[in-house]
Amino acid sequence: MPSLIEIRNLSKFYRRGEQRIPVLVDINLDVMEGDFLALMGPSGSGKSTLLNLIAGLDRPTAGVLRVGGVDIAALPESALADWRAAHVGFVFQFYNLIPVLTAFENVELPLTLTPLSRQERRQHVELVIELVGLGDRKTHYPRQLSGGQQQRVAIARALVTDPMLIVADEPTGDLDRASAAEILELMERMNEDLGKTIVMVTHDQRAADKAHYVQHLDKGELSERVEVLARTP
Amino acid sequence: MAFLLRLMWRNIFRQKLRVGLTGLGIVIAVIAFALLRTLVDAWYAGVNASSSSRLVTRHAISLGFSLPIHYQQKIRQVSGVSGVSFAVWFGGIYINEKNFFPQFAVEPSTYFNLFPEFAIEPEERAAFLHDRKGALVGRKLAAQYGWKVGDTIPLRGTIYPGEWNFVVRGIYHGAERGSDESMFFFHYANLNENLKKLGDSRADHVGIFFVGIDKPKRAAEISAAIDELFKNSLAETFTETEKAFQLGFVAMTETIVMAVRIVSMVVIVIIMAVMANTMAMSARERIGEYATLKALGFGPVWIAALIVGESLILALGAGGVGILAAFPVVDRVAELLGRFFPVFMLSGRTIWMAWAAALVVGMAAAVFPAYKAATVSVSEGLRSL
Repeated sequence: MPSLIEIRNLSKFYRRGEQRIPVLVDINLDVMEGDFLALMGPSGSGKSTLLNLIAGLDRPTAGVLRVGGVDIAALPESALADWRAAHVGFVFQFYNLIPVLTAFENVELPLTLTPLSRQERRQHVELVIELVGLGDRKTHYPRQLSGGQQQRVAIARALVTDPMLIVADEPTGDLDRASAAEILELMERMNEDLGKTIVMVTHDQRAADKAHYVQHLDKGELSERVEVLARTP
Repeated sequence: MAFLLRLMWRNIFRQKLRVGLTGLGIVIAVIAFALLRTLVDAWYAGVNASSSSRLVTRHAISLGFSLPIHYQQKIRQVSGVSGVSFAVWFGGIYINEKNFFPQFAVEPSTYFNLFPEFAIEPEERAAFLHDRKGALVGRKLAAQYGWKVGDTIPLRGTIYPGEWNFVVRGIYHGAERGSDESMFFFHYANLNENLKKLGDSRADHVGIFFVGIDKPKRAAEISAAIDELFKNSLAETFTETEKAFQLGFVAMTETIVMAVRIVSMVVIVIIMAVMANTMAMSARERIGEYATLKALGFGPVWIAALIVGESLILALGAGGVGILAAFPVVDRVAELLGRFFPVFMLSGRTIWMAWAAALVVGMAAAVFPAYKAATVSVSEGLRSL
């Protein structure tokens, strides 16, 4: 089976004045379709940078980065934005919902970039909002929802365009244990029931235990992959 | 598009106090702008109301010198002249000096033919023509002092000393929107008779002649012909179009008009800075949201449109309220300044300028925040959360 994500000799440097600071060095990684990968490592190890590169939010300094067979590093800015809208779902640590939009409208947001009619958009949103168990919270604004509920709205927003890849940056980092467990369960369902490929950055071992395998990053270098043998129920 | 508009609208009211104060600032600025521009218009009211088919002939040295009344017949004979009348500035005081209004001694039979913008009821016109002690007053002036037809108006002469009593025989109204309705006319024959009785050398002399012409494009040629008639006489003349004559008055106060114009622009620049600050603060607070929208696939143009639209809705909304509020404010100021500015009203041009000012404020205030939000890198913007 071909890799959904194919990374070869990828490096990322930042410039600070004359200094060239390496963030990722010579990374090689393959993620298959349907995989659930957890990226772990200490703060500043380059996890979020790698995630941003995979999601097309940033560009590598060197190397090859193909997602779904597309060399996304070579895409111009507008094409990259279109690619993200069509193929990537995002789940952020702080949910990143638009405060002036209701849960329903937040989920509908990515669909406004598609040619779907209002009626079709409504059907899609209803479906995913029910899927994440927030059918009775559609008209609520983010401030009227708990952290766990907000993250579920964010997951619904990530799913609504039916992307091939979900990237999650510490999705449980701002949640209490019970809410975190619910979110992880939801992500597991996304992967197993819907077949979504997930790349998740986390500090939380319990979150990592939900993944198929874990890779550690340290000082910009990627370790060998570790299979998660006994995934937590 | 509908979604974008909905998001713009809701974003506006996120910081209610801030947007309320900014909106109030725009409303006040637009009212001030409209008021100042109306003041400039009022300054030029005489110029705007002047007719292209009228010339003004005055003494070549200055307006302070009068011209012999018999010039009227000579001017009438110039080719292209359709009618000639004259006026004398009276400068009387009604009760006290505060009650200023322009008073002119005119020849009614010719004067009102040249000034059709002063509309008079036929019976009132006839009554005025037949009463040498009669007066014709403007609608605004009559309203200001509560005068009615039949009232006797006492004026204390300053240029022409003595106590003068006039009976209001008619009240004219402006046939056009910008016509002056604050003037007081009476018979020149009445004034001249008194001057003759007193043996005053100013008898049979007038201040200016108004000359009606058939073809406005011949104004320069006819003006030259009139002045040629009186060349090398004791009272040489200077003839110009009525517009140029009125502009001559405005030119004397050009510096004030310029200052008012500059202040009206400064008001707009100040509110532009306030509005730009509001938009910059809002955009800075939401930079993480813009980064999220970009991550989801929204392009920089969409993000910029969101900010520019929000700024325009606020500026044009508040600007519209300011324009509506300017009407009663201008009316009230017109009442207060009526004796200095007989025509003080919000013009269509001022309204359009106020709209344009609001549009420019909205656009200019959004340029920098929109550029910043549109160009911020997604990863950098997300870190700001």
